[in-house]
Amino acid sequence: MASLQDRAAHFKPSPAGGVWRALWPLVLAIGFGVMMQLVVRPNIDAYSSTQVLNIGIAIILAVSLTIVNGFTGQFSIGHAGFLAVGGYVAGSLAYYGSFAFFGSGAAKLGMLSGLYGAPAGAPIFTGGEVLFFLSLLAGGLISALLGVAVGLPSLRLRGDYLAIVTLGFGEIVRVLIQQTPQVLMTREAIAESPAWKVPLSVGGSLGFGNVPKYTSHFWVYAAVIITLIFAYRLKQSSTGRALLSIREDEIAAEAMGIRTTYYKVWGFVIAAFFAGIAGGLYAHTLGISLSPVDAGFQKSFDIIIMVVLGGLGSISGAAIAAAIVTYLPELLRTPDTLQQFAIVGVPMLIVGFSMLGMARRKGDEAELRSGRDRRALPRVIIGMGTVIVGLSALAFFAKRLNINLSEYRLIIYALALIVMMITRPQGLLGVRELWDGALYRPLRDFFAPRNRSGRGA
Amino acid sequence: MTTGRRFCSDSRNGHTLRVDTLLQTLKDGLTIGSLYALIALGYTMVYGILKFINFAHSDIVVLGAWLSLVIATAIVKALGLEAGQTAPWWVGPFVLLCAMLVCGLIGFTIERLAYKPLRKAPKLNVLITAIGVSLFLQNTGQLQFVFGTRPQPIPSLLSDQVLFAIGNMQVRLLDLVVIGTAFVLMIALEWLVFHTKLGRAMRAVSFDVRTAGLMGIPVDRVISITFVIGSSLAAAGGFLWALSFTSIKQPADTSWVLLGLKAFVAAVVGGIGNVRGAMFGGLAIGMLEVFGQQYINPALKDVYVFAALIVVLLVKPGGILGKATVEKV
Repeated sequence: MASLQDRAAHFKPSPAGGVWRALWPLVLAIGFGVMMQLVVRPNIDAYSSTQVLNIGIAIILAVSLTIVNGFTGQFSIGHAGFLAVGGYVAGSLAYYGSFAFFGSGAAKLGMLSGLYGAPAGAPIFTGGEVLFFLSLLAGGLISALLGVAVGLPSLRLRGDYLAIVTLGFGEIVRVLIQQTPQVLMTREAIAESPAWKVPLSVGGSLGFGNVPKYTSHFWVYAAVIITLIFAYRLKQSSTGRALLSIREDEIAAEAMGIRTTYYKVWGFVIAAFFAGIAGGLYAHTLGISLSPVDAGFQKSFDIIIMVVLGGLGSISGAAIAAAIVTYLPELLRTPDTLQQFAIVGVPMLIVGFSMLGMARRKGDEAELRSGRDRRALPRVIIGMGTVIVGLSALAFFAKRLNINLSEYRLIIYALALIVMMITRPQGLLGVRELWDGALYRPLRDFFAPRNRSGRGA
Repeated sequence: MTTGRRFCSDSRNGHTLRVDTLLQTLKDGLTIGSLYALIALGYTMVYGILKFINFAHSDIVVLGAWLSLVIATAIVKALGLEAGQTAPWWVGPFVLLCAMLVCGLIGFTIERLAYKPLRKAPKLNVLITAIGVSLFLQNTGQLQFVFGTRPQPIPSLLSDQVLFAIGNMQVRLLDLVVIGTAFVLMIALEWLVFHTKLGRAMRAVSFDVRTAGLMGIPVDRVISITFVIGSSLAAAGGFLWALSFTSIKQPADTSWVLLGLKAFVAAVVGGIGNVRGAMFGGLAIGMLEVFGQQYINPALKDVYVFAALIVVLLVKPGGILGKATVEKV
């Protein structure tokens, strides 16, 4: 029997371990981003490239909203307002900053920037990218500040008030952006305009399409990795436990000494920050013209749908649902892609889920942990068969009867949403995570060895 | 602007402090406010009982407006009237009744198919379902063989008659019809909710669903009836809205969602779950919007509404006519 002191020593983080724990997410983010930009992107066509980028941005948005709606159980329906604020702030800073520092509003692409990669002979890193990065951060911070302003009054109250206030907030942002003056196109115009008015000239309802187009797979996926790891660590931390306890029972949490308002506002502010970052990335994407509509409720609903479909409180669920929701309406554009999806995509998804022990509605914890489920196989085969036959039949009849499926795709999407909510109300993953499955245990032990194994016992 | 508003005669000519301008603004506020109130009633009744924001409600309004248009066009065609000719007096009420009936039926179906299976589900699920229903209605309406994707002119059902005028202030037949219809419907609802057995059952269910069920109230039936009433009021709102314009926008146009949101804000400002509150809130929001538009800055008219919402929630979270609720442990 070791002494208490010896046992305690096991739990004391070593300085080297601390540095590693602080840095590996950054290393992973940069590494993954570089891989996406230099290995994956050149090998896919322009259309898929845009889709992959959109999915990345959607993942950041969905995971950030999960912190409010999933972890804390508060209900925000104005998330797009933060997206728009972050986007406009970052866009305006980068655009007018480029004029101030480089003399024109054009992007100075380095090797890792730009949706279709940089021109040949571009430097590895440019001053423009530094400006871009700083304006992204500024967009996130301003968003977070607004998060305090919106959250502090409304989160004092219990119930749906945050929902109603955030709804109003999104609309106010939209209307206010509509009132902004026209974008200044030339240096002369900027010099003539009063200085305070320059950063506010973001085009009103005409949209703001002149933002330098830096966003690339590198930036988006680096941000995705950071967001995912941040959310994961938040969920494990004491702050995260406080948030989860508020979701489970606010009164009980308060009785246990948790400062509910304080934590609710924190969760909300963190979500606003990441939404702002996503907005900045969105604003700098090639082919995107930021417009006041981006702050509207419809955009907010899209994000909520992702969170609920994925399972409230599940980070990985939100990320997967973000990918599905972004991609599904595109799939329904032609019968051919639909058929391809039915034959390749659906089995992959379902097999993936079932291997991780996720394909069933309920299951006892021990079985889940061992990753084995005897009843899963027949269910998977039946489910897979139904979906493949159904989608193929849809595609077949659409082709045969010459029906333009893309006309009906939003209707199909809406119906799928309703059916999903009725038959599987807990969403894809419920409150579980992908890494709860057995497949991920070796990976998890590698990155977070502290709370596994019998050390210190 | 393709859509000319029939009842808002343009009185912004610099003489903003004249009495007739003030009266005109008051009248406009009353007209638009009574429309908001009609729509807000549907939101507030559903929230009062099921405690969720029925986002599909604004699409019922759209459906009401478009059904009115389709039915009115068909009748006008059957009567062989020429374009620009006003239809006989009975067409309006007939169209209104048809629209209310069909929308009531659709509201009933939606509740049965989409919301009833989710009675015990978390609130967020019901809300997502509501958004799904809203998307479904919107995009079905956008189909070429349903309502299409273009704004359409509506045949004239009322003569464009000025009943009397004080200076710039004109009271048209249309204003009286809109305000009159809205108030008649609201008084009828008030009578139904506070003076009938059904109304008492509705209030009981909204007070406490479980206890109401234990007392022998058929909860499911009461909820269905609530949806039918809310949807037919929405249809009436849609009809009056269609009547007020020369043409109406396509079903997925954002102006419809904004109309629904403002009506919802009206319900919250008045005190959500409170029938009288919705009527009061609707009028208040209508007045606020029109006065802000006339006397402050017309471009910011949506901002006043949502800012009022936030101020009311900060000062009196239960709404102006709502009671402060204490949560019991």
